[in-house]
Amino acid sequence: MKPIVLLKRVIFAAALIPAGTLVVDAFRGKLTANPIDFITDTTGVWAIRLLITTLSITPLRRLTGWNPIIQLRRMLGLFAFFYATLHFLTWSVLDWFFDVRSMGEDVVKRPFITLGMATFLMLLSLAVTSTKASVRKLGKKWTQLHRLIYAASITALTHFWLVGKVTVTEVMYWAVVLTALLGFRVWWVVRHA
Amino acid sequence: MLIRKAPDLRFSDITPKPLYLRRREFLQTAGGAALGAAAAAMAPPFAASANAQAKTAAHGAKLADVKKSPLSTTGEMLTSFDDITSYNNFYEYGYEKDDPKQNAWHLKPRPWTITVEGYAARKGTFGFDEFIKPFPLEERVYRMRCVEAWSMVIPWVGIPLKDVIASFQPTPQAKYVEFVTAFNPAQMPAQTTRILPWPYVEGLRMDEAMNPLAILAVGLYEETLPNQDGAPIRLVTPWKYGFKGGKSIVKIRLVDYQPKNTWQVMAPAEYGFYANVNPNVNHPRWRQDSERRIGEFFRRKTLMFNGYADQVASMYTGMDLKKNY
Repeated sequence: MKPIVLLKRVIFAAALIPAGTLVVDAFRGKLTANPIDFITDTTGVWAIRLLITTLSITPLRRLTGWNPIIQLRRMLGLFAFFYATLHFLTWSVLDWFFDVRSMGEDVVKRPFITLGMATFLMLLSLAVTSTKASVRKLGKKWTQLHRLIYAASITALTHFWLVGKVTVTEVMYWAVVLTALLGFRVWWVVRHA
Repeated sequence: MLIRKAPDLRFSDITPKPLYLRRREFLQTAGGAALGAAAAAMAPPFAASANAQAKTAAHGAKLADVKKSPLSTTGEMLTSFDDITSYNNFYEYGYEKDDPKQNAWHLKPRPWTITVEGYAARKGTFGFDEFIKPFPLEERVYRMRCVEAWSMVIPWVGIPLKDVIASFQPTPQAKYVEFVTAFNPAQMPAQTTRILPWPYVEGLRMDEAMNPLAILAVGLYEETLPNQDGAPIRLVTPWKYGFKGGKSIVKIRLVDYQPKNTWQVMAPAEYGFYANVNPNVNHPRWRQDSERRIGEFFRRKTLMFNGYADQVASMYTGMDLKKNY
């Protein structure tokens, strides 16, 4: 088996662990006193971790010259979308139980929810155009469209930052990582201009 | 098939007891890093908390001579002891909901002293037992509404704040009561960080402090207060958001100015001095017209003054509660 195939399988399995843990913990009654908040937090945090991790693939490829690593990019991005979808469904079904009016008000009135919704819609548009057919069909436009991940990662992290009453350590950690990953791209473009 | 007889070895023969007892300590230090650079890099706070041990605060001592109070809220199902003691906002122990339960064992709630200062005839520093002894212990079942839009029903045991304040013999200059809580980084680990300005401070207007509903709680479920719920003594004002209830109080000051409560200092646009539960005044982050009762699935409507309007609304007649949130 090629190293990349093995790596892909390992990462695929690993990316399912947080969701699996939630299911197991649900049966064990280990979702804290406020399970809905806990599921919301867990799925949201994993969406952000995976989204920013997706952004590390291109720099890693450029720095190492190991081209097969690019095969991880779509999978990681789709896992980020998977957790973002769980996060969105937790909010809309478990938390608000399809109370569209309250949710709509929240999207309009609360900046962090506005950003969360914007992020989700961006990720949705990336996920539906992630197929090989879309890549072929959209051509150059595909590359342009998929630059939305830069905006989505920033809105996602801002959403995470605004939801907390205090700035949590993890927000700062990912802000540093995201700055480095986006900074790398700027540096790369400038160097090759 | 070969079936071996189990060797006559006990675990203590293999690993000396003091060493295996330190296993968790080892896991927390060396293990945290060794558990895999990838996992650690992906999720540093998760990796850290996975190693943290769940130190369950044991049940406190049973409190004697607790009398039921007619001021208790009736017709509500009590939140379980486990939920009340495992889901806490007590930033002195960390900002995650389960941090207080994990870390509050560091606190030594005895010996404890409470200092009374300011515009009062009877001032000084009192030992905890001496401080509460003159007052009858009452059970007060109250709803607790957190500003984060969740709520509980808690059977507190406490002493009426109005009797406590009266015993200080406040002078006419005393317009507000300021509650200063413990600052002790050795026992409250997150006080080594600057997530909040320490110590946590809360305050009430004098008439609020004299309202019969306000209590200083020293227990719950007829037991001494668990550390993570504010041992040994904390404020409970059920018509206000939970953050008004300063925990582990060390100083009560009778003052002539409106105290700057900690969350108001942190974010004045979000948290005010009064912090009355009010479904009509929205918070930038959380809707305040509904809440999730811990243990329930569907949200329920939030009541004005958390359902205690009959006892407290008159204190705010003529005040613009949208401005004085």
